[in-house]
Parts: sequence; structure tokens; C-alpha cells
Amino acid sequence: MDITGRKLFVKALIEEGVNTVFAYPGGMVTDILDELYKTDAIDLVLPRHEQGLIHEAEGYAKSTGNVGVCIVTSGPGATNIITGLADAHYDSIPLVCFTGQVPLGLIGNDAFQEVDIVGMTRSITKYGVTVRDRKDLGRILKMAFHIAKTGRPGPVLIDIPKDIQTSSGPAEYPKSVSIRGYKPNETVHIGQLKKGYKLLKGAKRPLFLLGGGINISHANESMLALAERTQIPVVTTIMGKGAVPTNHPLYIGNSGMHGKYAANIAVSQCDVLFSIGTRFNDRITGDLNEFAPKAKIIHVDVDTASISRNVVVDVPIVADANLAIEKLLEWAEPQKTEKWLAQIREWDKENPLEMRRDRGMTPQMIMEQINEGFEEGIILTDVGQHQMWAAQYIELNEKKQFITSGGLGTMGFGFPAAIGAKIANPEKPVICISGDGGMQMNIQEMATSIVQNAPVIVCLLNNYYLGMVRQMQQLWYGKRYEATCLRRRKECPGDCKGPGENCPPYVPDFVKLAESYGAKGIRVFREEEIAPALAQAKQNNVTTIIEFMIATEDIVLPMVKGGNPMSEMILSK
Amino acid sequence: MKNRWIALYVENQVGVLAKVSGLFSGKSYNLQSLTVGTTEHEDISRMTICVTSDDVTFEQIKKQLNRMVEVIKVIDLTNVPIHMKEILFAKVKNCSTADKVEAFQIAQAFDVDVVDYGEDSVLLECKLTERKNNELIDLLRARFKNIEVVRGGAVAIESISTSCAGRTEYKKK
Repeated sequence: MDITGRKLFVKALIEEGVNTVFAYPGGMVTDILDELYKTDAIDLVLPRHEQGLIHEAEGYAKSTGNVGVCIVTSGPGATNIITGLADAHYDSIPLVCFTGQVPLGLIGNDAFQEVDIVGMTRSITKYGVTVRDRKDLGRILKMAFHIAKTGRPGPVLIDIPKDIQTSSGPAEYPKSVSIRGYKPNETVHIGQLKKGYKLLKGAKRPLFLLGGGINISHANESMLALAERTQIPVVTTIMGKGAVPTNHPLYIGNSGMHGKYAANIAVSQCDVLFSIGTRFNDRITGDLNEFAPKAKIIHVDVDTASISRNVVVDVPIVADANLAIEKLLEWAEPQKTEKWLAQIREWDKENPLEMRRDRGMTPQMIMEQINEGFEEGIILTDVGQHQMWAAQYIELNEKKQFITSGGLGTMGFGFPAAIGAKIANPEKPVICISGDGGMQMNIQEMATSIVQNAPVIVCLLNNYYLGMVRQMQQLWYGKRYEATCLRRRKECPGDCKGPGENCPPYVPDFVKLAESYGAKGIRVFREEEIAPALAQAKQNNVTTIIEFMIATEDIVLPMVKGGNPMSEMILSK
Repeated sequence: MKNRWIALYVENQVGVLAKVSGLFSGKSYNLQSLTVGTTEHEDISRMTICVTSDDVTFEQIKKQLNRMVEVIKVIDLTNVPIHMKEILFAKVKNCSTADKVEAFQIAQAFDVDVVDYGEDSVLLECKLTERKNNELIDLLRARFKNIEVVRGGAVAIESISTSCAGRTEYKKK
């Protein structure tokens, strides 16, 4: 018997095991919403803005590994999720986003709320298509989930015209789907892997460089076993942070633009670099000609196109990280790396990661107290200075997860993503480290966190500035703080060179703002107030903004100027 | 940097051409020509793509094409014997009688057909290689004041037993 498209849609979600959708209504999705009203199997989260919606779905997906499902209407509903699609595309987050579309007959007429969303998002989705025939709906829905979660995960966009939702067609939802143009790699090329291992075995100064692929393929346990067995030190990218516990003696730290001194020097001095699940982004490599100049490079990645794109590697291996690591564990033997490890520790002693403690409350102190205060949980960040401080100082182990917007660097990501993570993991504490700039980009989601009963602890580092750009202005633009001061008003002098006593007051008052939503707000000025504030927030059981009033002109160090070699680090002001 | 050739099998669906061509513009790949048409299977289209690139970029282009869901198969035609042709119409206009004579002589020399004729104009239909067509256009431009040209982009197919290839770039290894 035939059923309507909207019925098949809900049936498909249920068969895919979807129990939560993030949805915002509009004229072209009312039929789908009406069908969702009739089922108890799926919870619907109503955000306050579609950008918040898609970041919530990202947080949900990233914290669970399950597909995040978004439903938005045509036109502005669809265009509002574009930033999130690009973010998910970069950071390999499995999403299936459904956009309503005007009826087939109206497409191309510039109908009310019509946009060519598939065309607009072609380069930032893993796959996107408009359903043009009701009989194809089942297969397309099946394809969407299959493509989103297999291989290198990513966002899929399915555009469903209104009349496809309402017209009748086949009731079957396929159990499986075969796509002739999509065959993600599910094996490891043993010959290549052996070649890579041989290089590693012969190395005097071997190094693992681990990216987000480790976390995505849940290879943390096997990776730790491999590092311990071989005694080879580990550096990570920011997305790879937590690949092995951060307090492990073999873990050096993050490499890259704001990485640890010892980690970047280790990369530039190693003779074999065994990298897994990283794209060699410019934030990791700096000047490509100077990247790991002494090393033979082995690169494991599930995405063929990520291999030998930025850095030409000696041994490319197309494979899922966990598969490759488990295979390596069959051969791996202990290596003599004592000297090399001692050398790295020496570099770390020369320039440890540390902020001065004689200038009041520093970001480092806040991160340390977060480490102390939470034995388990999910820590998310927004984008900017606080993100780099979190990436530097947050300690991770198997009970703690770190989620951040890495590739796209999306301000406004952190808070909604935290809400999504909390919805998926109600039993775990969820901490969102944010800045005063990024927090305001999706501040409206405060309401979502309250109505969804998804309490998030927001650690908001307020320095009155869009600090990451201000840091560049401070270092390279003669302190001309154009467009980065959030206190600046019309009456301020045009040639302002930084904060002073006459600066206007900051808006908003985050404490009062939190209270207006029925959330809680705590303002913290001094080091000794950090721990009690965190303890209070933990007890509140409602979203709490802790506003940390940090120094206005602190900068993230070490730092490598974009395009410079990673060995040329700025270490102090 | 050199010219390279790809045959691309894709799903014959709305938006696939836009996706493929968008890859080239979005990633700053240097697309020389792209032709597309359906194959013996009506749900599959075949594209012939010519790009100018270095080795590393070309590898990347093939990988990027391969990972598109709608792309069924990528065949690198750069170093295999192929037959390749491009259709070209060249209208020579405002001709004097002498011009027309010369146009016919050029047609003869280049082995192309004169397919239409008027009081002061001549239409040439050429099925040559892309390079030969380039040369012909250069010549026509030099000899006549008013020409109008439309060309179709190259199509290519792997050769069966010949290595003639109809492609001047091809050199046997």
C-alpha cells in the first residue's frame, strides 16, 4: 500500500534509530512536523535560530558518533544552516539536514522562500540532492544516512519539496543501499602499512602526529596501546587532542600555530613522522617547505583526497585509523627511544607551557580549575583566544571529551554545540568554554538550554575584546584595535590605542542576561573565586554562565605567525 | 604544467555538471575544456575534461573527483593512446571573391569541409584535434578580417589497436 512522503520520512527516521531531531518550523516543513507530532519515538528540539540548531546537532553528533538530524524550512531556514554545514564538512561531523523546498512546479519561479540550497551548499556538503520524484524518497533517505556516517563522515543535505512530502508513493524503506559512485575504504592496504611500519622501526627519532581521525574512529584505546608498546612520543593537532590521555608520559602536546614548544620542535627534528587522521592543515604545518624537514612522512587517512594534498608524503595509506592501528599492533615492537624522549623533555623544560602567575587571574588558572573540578565530562569551546588556551591547558583522559570547531573556526559554535552534547549526554557534565564575542553570536540559545532542560556550564572568558584578532593587531598592527573592542562606542576617540579608565561600560551584563532566561550567572574576578564558582555551577542544575573577568590584553603564546616555519615560535611578549 | 585528459563517468542527474565544474572553480584548478553527453546507458554521462596542471595538483583533482558520490569512474587518459576530436564551425564573413578562393584553399589544406556558402561568406566545419583547430583559427584570424567561431570542446576515447591517437601531445613511452 502506498503512503505519503511525510509518513515514509518519519518511518525512515525511526528505522535509522533517530530519537532526537533539531527542527525549526516554516511553511515548507509543516507536513513533516505534523507527522512528527504523531510519534513518541522522536524528541524534537526547537532552537531559537537555525544556526544554533545545526551547531546543536553537531554537538549531539560529535559527542555520540551518531548522525545529527536537522529539519529546517526552505529559503532563510536553509541559508541559516550554511555555516554549520561548512563547519561539519571541515570537522567530519555526520549530519543529515533536511530542508523544505517549494513544490516542484514552483522551483525556478523565485517563489516565496525559494532558494537553490543544494546549489549553494555543493562545495560544503558530502552529498546534497533535491528529491524530484516521490518514488525515489526512500532510497535517497537511506543514502543520506549511509553517506553521512561512513568513510570520512560529513554533512548530507536532502532538499524535499512540499509536494513530495504530501504525495503518495511506495511505503518501503530500503534495508540497505548500494551506490556505484560511493565505496568508502573499509580495508587496510597491508603492503603499504608494512612499508610504513618498516620506516618507523628503523627510525631514531620517530614521532606520532595524531589528528581528529583518531577520535572519530574511536581509536583512542588502540592508539594508546601502540604508543606504549613502541615507546614513540605523541603530538596531536587540536582536533586530535585527547587521542591519548594528556597526562601520559609519551604525550608531548599540541603542535601547530599555538602548539607547545617541545611539540613543534619535535616535529621539526623527527626523522620519521607517522601521522594518522590529520589533513596537514596550514595551522599545523606553517611554512610547508620547513615542515618536518628531516622526516620521512607516513600518512594514514580514510579520505584519499586528504593524502599528499598539503604535504607530499613518502608512504600514503588509505585506511580507517582504528583498522590501521590494530593491524600495526600485530607487528609493533618496543623501540629504543629513551634518548629521543629525554631530548624532548629537555626542550619542554626549556620552554614549558606556562603563564605568569603574578598578574591576577589568568586563563591558565581557569583551565586548571576546570581540570580539577571535573573528573568526567564533555568540554566544548567556541573560537578564539579562549579556545587556544583550552587546547593548551585542558587535560583529557578516557572520561573527558574535547569538542571544538577546528577547520572552519566558527564563532558561535561552542554554546549551541554544548547544548546538543548535553541533550545527547544528560548524565555527563557539559562545560562550554567561550569568549565574550562568540557567546553573543548564538546567545539566543540560552532559551533552548532552559526549555530543553539541558544545563550547560558556560565558562565565559571576558576580556572586552575579540581577542584573537586584537592579538594580531597588538603584535603586527601597532595596537590599532579597529573593530575588535566590544566596549567601543560612537563617542570613543578614533585613534584609541587600548583600554583606559575612560572606557565606556561593557554590554551586555552577562549575569543579568542569564537571569532573564531563568539561568544563573556568576561573575569571577579573582583566582580564589574560580573553584567555588565552578562548584556552584555544578550544583545549580540549570545553565550557568560564569563570567571570568580576565586581563584585557593577554595574548596566546607560544605563537607562530601564519606562513612562518613552526620552529620560529614567539615565546614571550 | 601540462595538459592532461580525464574521462569521467558520472550519474546523469541534475546538478552533477555544476558540481564537477564547481570543483574546478572552487579549488582554482585550471580547466581547459569540458564536454559532456550521455553514454550507451542513459543514466550515465561521460565527460571529457582537459586541465592544465602540475603532477601533484592533477593527482589531487583525480582524488577530489573520485570522492564525489555522483562520480562513478575516473579514467586518466593522459598517457594512453586515444582518439580525440573537437568539432569547430568557422564562418568567414565579408569575403571578397579572392577571400572565398583562399577560404576554399585553406579548407583543402586542413582537410575540413565547406558546408555552407553565401554571397560574401563561407562556413567551414572542422573535426580536428583541439590543437589543429587552434592552428586553424590562428590562420583564419590572420588572413580574414571578419570571422565567427564556435567550438565544442574535445571528446576522447581510448583507442582499440592503433596508437595514432589523433593527438599530437601523445608520445609513446
